Formats: sequence, C-alpha cells, structure tokens
Amino acid sequence: MMWKLLFRNAFRHKLRALLTVFGVAVAVLAFGLLRTVVDAWYAGVSAAAANRLIIRNAISLTFFLPIAYMEKIRAVDGVKAISHMTWFGGVYIDRKNFFANFAVEGKPFLDLYPEFILPEDQKDAFGKDRRGCVVGRGLARRFGWKVGDSITLQGTIFRGDWPMTVRGIYSGRERTVDENQLFFHWDYLNERLKAAAQRRANQAGIFIIEIADPHAAAAVSGSIDAVFKNSLAETLTETERAFQMGFVSMSEAILMAIRLVSFLIIGIIMAVTANTMIMSVRERMHEFAVFKTLGYGAGRLGSLILGESAVICAAGGALGIAATFPALRILARYVSNVFPVLDITSTTLCYDVLTVAAVALTAAVFPIRRVVTVPIVEALGRAG
Amino acid sequence: MTSTERPVIVDIRRLSKSYRRGNQLIPVLEDISLTIAESEFMALMGPSGSGKSTLLNLIAGLDRADSGTIRVGGIDISDLSETQLAAWRATHVGFIFQFYNLLPVLTAFENVELPLVLTDLSRRQRREHAHTVLRLVNLEDRLDHYPRQLSGGQQQRVAIARALVTDPTLLVADEPTGDLDRISAEDVLVLLERLSRDLGKTIIMVTHDPRAARRASTIKHLDKGVLANDVEAVVP
Ligand SMILES: Nc1ncnc2c1ncn2[C@@H]1O[C@H](COP(=O)(O)OP(=O)(O)OP(=O)(O)O)[C@@H](O)[C@H]1O
Ligand SMILES: [Mg+2]
Repeated sequence: MMWKLLFRNAFRHKLRALLTVFGVAVAVLAFGLLRTVVDAWYAGVSAAAANRLIIRNAISLTFFLPIAYMEKIRAVDGVKAISHMTWFGGVYIDRKNFFANFAVEGKPFLDLYPEFILPEDQKDAFGKDRRGCVVGRGLARRFGWKVGDSITLQGTIFRGDWPMTVRGIYSGRERTVDENQLFFHWDYLNERLKAAAQRRANQAGIFIIEIADPHAAAAVSGSIDAVFKNSLAETLTETERAFQMGFVSMSEAILMAIRLVSFLIIGIIMAVTANTMIMSVRERMHEFAVFKTLGYGAGRLGSLILGESAVICAAGGALGIAATFPALRILARYVSNVFPVLDITSTTLCYDVLTVAAVALTAAVFPIRRVVTVPIVEALGRAG
Repeated sequence: MTSTERPVIVDIRRLSKSYRRGNQLIPVLEDISLTIAESEFMALMGPSGSGKSTLLNLIAGLDRADSGTIRVGGIDISDLSETQLAAWRATHVGFIFQFYNLLPVLTAFENVELPLVLTDLSRRQRREHAHTVLRLVNLEDRLDHYPRQLSGGQQQRVAIARALVTDPTLLVADEPTGDLDRISAEDVLVLLERLSRDLGKTIIMVTHDPRAARRASTIKHLDKGVLANDVEAVVP
C-alpha cells in the first residue's frame, strides 16, 4: 500500500517528475564523466612501475643530461638496468595530429618496459633498422599505419624532416598502458645532431633505471644524485610515479577546477530537486493533513515523502549511470590520444550512488519537516 | 430512549479555545461542557463562525484546547503527546469531511483500506474489512473506481466507509452533506442514521441544514462559542 502510494504520488505530475528525473540523470552523467576524466589524468601515474626510477636534469626537464652519465649511473649500487629517452616533439603532417614521440635506445629500452607487448620478429626488425620506429596500436589505428609503412616526422625541437619506417606495433599489457606513442632510435637522432648541431649531440632527456629492490628507491636515488653533485649537470632522481605526478601537478589547477565543477553540479541538482519536492508536497498539504487525521505519524509521513524523492532520484540516477558508459565510449573516440584509459572506476560509481542518495535525502528534508510540524487544522484549511 | 440512559462516551468539561490574531485574543469557544452518550447521533448547529468546526476538531483530537478536558471513552486526550494522539485518532476516531478528502491516486477500495495500514491486521483481514464496509455503504460495485470517477454522494459514502473501517469509538462529520444535492444528502443521512441506530455508532455531525439535523437524536446549538439550551430531538 505504501509502495503503491509512493510510486503513484511520485509520477502524479508526469512532466514534472520526468523533468526532474532527467535533471538528476544529466547531473549524474556529468558528474561521472568529469570524475572519469580526472581519473584518466592520473592513470599514467597509477600505471607507473614501482621498480623504475627516472633521472632528469635537476634544473628542469627541458635541460638534457650528457649520455656519458650512463656508465657512472650503471655503476651505482642497486641499479639493475639503464636506458634513456628523449622527448622529440615531432609532428606528423599537421600539429593537430599530436602524439608523444621519443628517441630511445631500442632493445634496452624495450627490455625496461615489459608492458609494451611486441612480437619478437618486430623487435628484431626494429633493432636492425636504424631508421625504424615502433608505434602504439592506438596510433597505428588512428593513422592507418602498418608494419613496413614509411612515415615522416617534422622536428620542432630538432629541425628538419625525419623519415622513418614502422617496424613494430606494440600493444599494452594492461589497459592503463598508453598505446599512442612512437619510439625511434636515439642513434638516428644523435648522428644527425653530430653533423648539424654538435653542441646538442650525445645528450639524453632522461635516464630510466630499473632497481633490484623497489624499497631501496630512496637510497638509490640519493646515491645517484650524490654522484653528480656539483657537476655541470646535477641530477634529480625520483620514482616513475613521482615523475608522472610532476606532470600531473602542472595541471593540478585544472583538475581542481573540474572537481569543483562536478560538485557544483551536484549542488545545483540538489537545489532543483529540493525545490520540486517542496512544491509538490506543498500542493498536496491538504492530503497530508488527511493522512494525519487518519493517525499517520511522523515516521510514515516521512517515509512517504522520502520514498517519493528516492523513487525520482533513483530513476534519474539509474538513467544517468546507464548513460555514462556509452557516453564514455563516444568521448573516448575523440580523446583517446590524450586519455588512453577512460574507464569509470568503481569509486566513481560509488560516488554516483552516494550523491543520488544525498540528493534524495536533502530534497525530502524540508517537506518532511513542514508536513510533520504543520498543525492539522491549518493544513486542512477552512474548507476541511 | 434518551441519551442519559446510556453510558457517556464523550465527556467535555469547561472547554475553552481562542485564536490569536496579532496581539488580539479572539475567543472561539467559551466554557463548553457537554456529554455525548454511546450510540448518540448528535447534530451540532449554529451560525457560521460560531465555533462548530473548532469544537469538532477538538473532540476528534485534531487540535488542542486552551483549557478544559475532553474525555473520550475514559481517556483524557488533552494529556496525550502528539504521537499518542495520532495513534489515538487512528483507533478511536473516524472523520468525515465536507469535501470528502479522498486521496485521488487511490481507488475507492484503497482509500478505505488506508486507515487499516496502521493496524496490525493482515493483508487479507484488511481487504475483508474494506469489503465489508463498502458493502455497508452500498458501493461494492465501485471498488476500483478512482474518486474522480465517482459522484459527490458516492465519494462521501466512500469517505464514510473509510471513517468506519477501523470500527472507531466516535464518528465525527463536519457538514457531511454540505456539498451534496438533496438526494445524495438524503442517502448519506439515512446511512448515518442507520449506523447510529442499527450499529450503535456514536456520531457527532456539524450541519447547517435543519433537515439533516432532524435525523439526529440530539441537536445542540452553538452561538458565538457558547452552547445554547439543549434541544432533544424526537427520533422519527
Ligand atoms: N486558525 C484560525 N486562526 C484564527 N481564527 C480562527 C482560526 N480558525 C477559526 N478561527 C475563527 O474561529 C471562529 C470559529 O470558526 P469555526 O470554523 O469553528 O466556525 P464554524 O462554526 O465551523 O463556521 P462555519 O459554519 O462557517 O464552518 C471563527 O470566527 C473563525 O474566524
Ligand atoms: Mg465549520
């Protein structure tokens, strides 16, 4: 009986109820999307390996390190393997086709990153071709590249045209692995620099080392940085996670703004839903007075109103959550080069459910208070 | 048979009530004392604004008096807390309004079942009770009709069934025929009369209509908040 009442009352004004349901759905959808985007931003961080350290120039990332450091670093206790990586900043045909591309060491680099899955023959082919490159599956799909295709990057940091051949296409071991990057041989870069810009040759953007014991990260970092203390290019060694975090923190302000907006949306929908409930209960104050005349107490009146609010919010919430999945798939199509992972997390789903519950509750509070405290005679009106 | 021979069910002593408008106190009921016997059908008459509804609401436990006591079946309802009063209303009072006040989203049957939700009757018992009273008011063929699909007279009969279904100590009606045409009003009055005479229900009915009042066993007149001398009606 109570259920019957609650559903019939909730959808008594069909249009108003549907608009409110729609509003809640849109708010939940927007909230879910924004949070997922923020999560995606941090995905690089969570994908970072705990046993890898990044060594960069202590001044800033835009300053390089001499390649000669490599042997000294290798000699530090606890270092298991080392390679390096240089941000190339090449453009494919048009600046709009942005993707990350790096000059790397070939095999040592791939050994250090087991999360890039690549057939052995392609690995070999890449190793043998000084002008070869390896691209992520997402990138290959985006530009229709196949193994053996010739492509040309235009240098921005390093001037000129850089023709190369796709020798391998990697896929990520986990979904969090970025499949939109291109790697080519540092040797190729360096030999041209030696000829054209001697001053910039024999340098690398960062060194990556693998350490034997992840718990020793701090100690190893300390000893490496100590080696180059007071040298021309001092180093800063940190875990890959901390390094990625540094990237993320540059955009921390934007992330904060997005988070703020996501909560503002919840605030708005709370106000809107509360308003709807207040109006709808006020219109029916007379009926609630009849309930009270019949002996319905605060508990039952409260559940009737809260139930009504919950029905509307739950319908909107379910709709919004259901819409989040296809919406993310569509969004992913457009932003996959920026956000390799655009999956809604269980945390966000929890937040979705919690916010819907909070909206239902806040929307019911004011009308419940009014109905419970109003004198029956007053609510019945003079016409009673 | 006169009311004095039957046990007293409602005993009102020195009841006063005033409303505050601004800083002015407007007395509505002044020093009302009144007894109602079991199975009595009392009509409460009086000019508009004389305080009939106010008195009725006090007896039904919808409002609170400033002073005086109202005992119904031995319980002083002015002592009850809000929660206790609500529970008391649920078991002891059936209220019939001028404008029926049925819930539009519920069918006639569901409207009648509504007060029983508060009891610990089983679903089946609830349905049986609802059927019984709807048969009593002659509406067993309108169970699934919504209020808007019923005439005013039919709606008022549903409302009477709703008031009756918990078998309350007291039926209270505020101008139950005020919104009805003569024939429907007649139906309702005959029904109330039967409830009192055949089923021994105690009924207090506020009315403007002398014809309606004649159906009652007792008529009381209220004027400017004061009860006039009792007039015993002749039971036809
Ligand atoms: N909530 C209120 N605030 C102030 N005054 C009130 C209130 N309710 C009733 N009154 C006043 O109390 C007096 C009695 O009202 P009541 O409704 O009991 O009269 P009534 O006899 O039922 O009249 P009617 O026949 O028109 O229904 C009136 O003068 C009315 O203005
Ligand atoms: Mg009145």
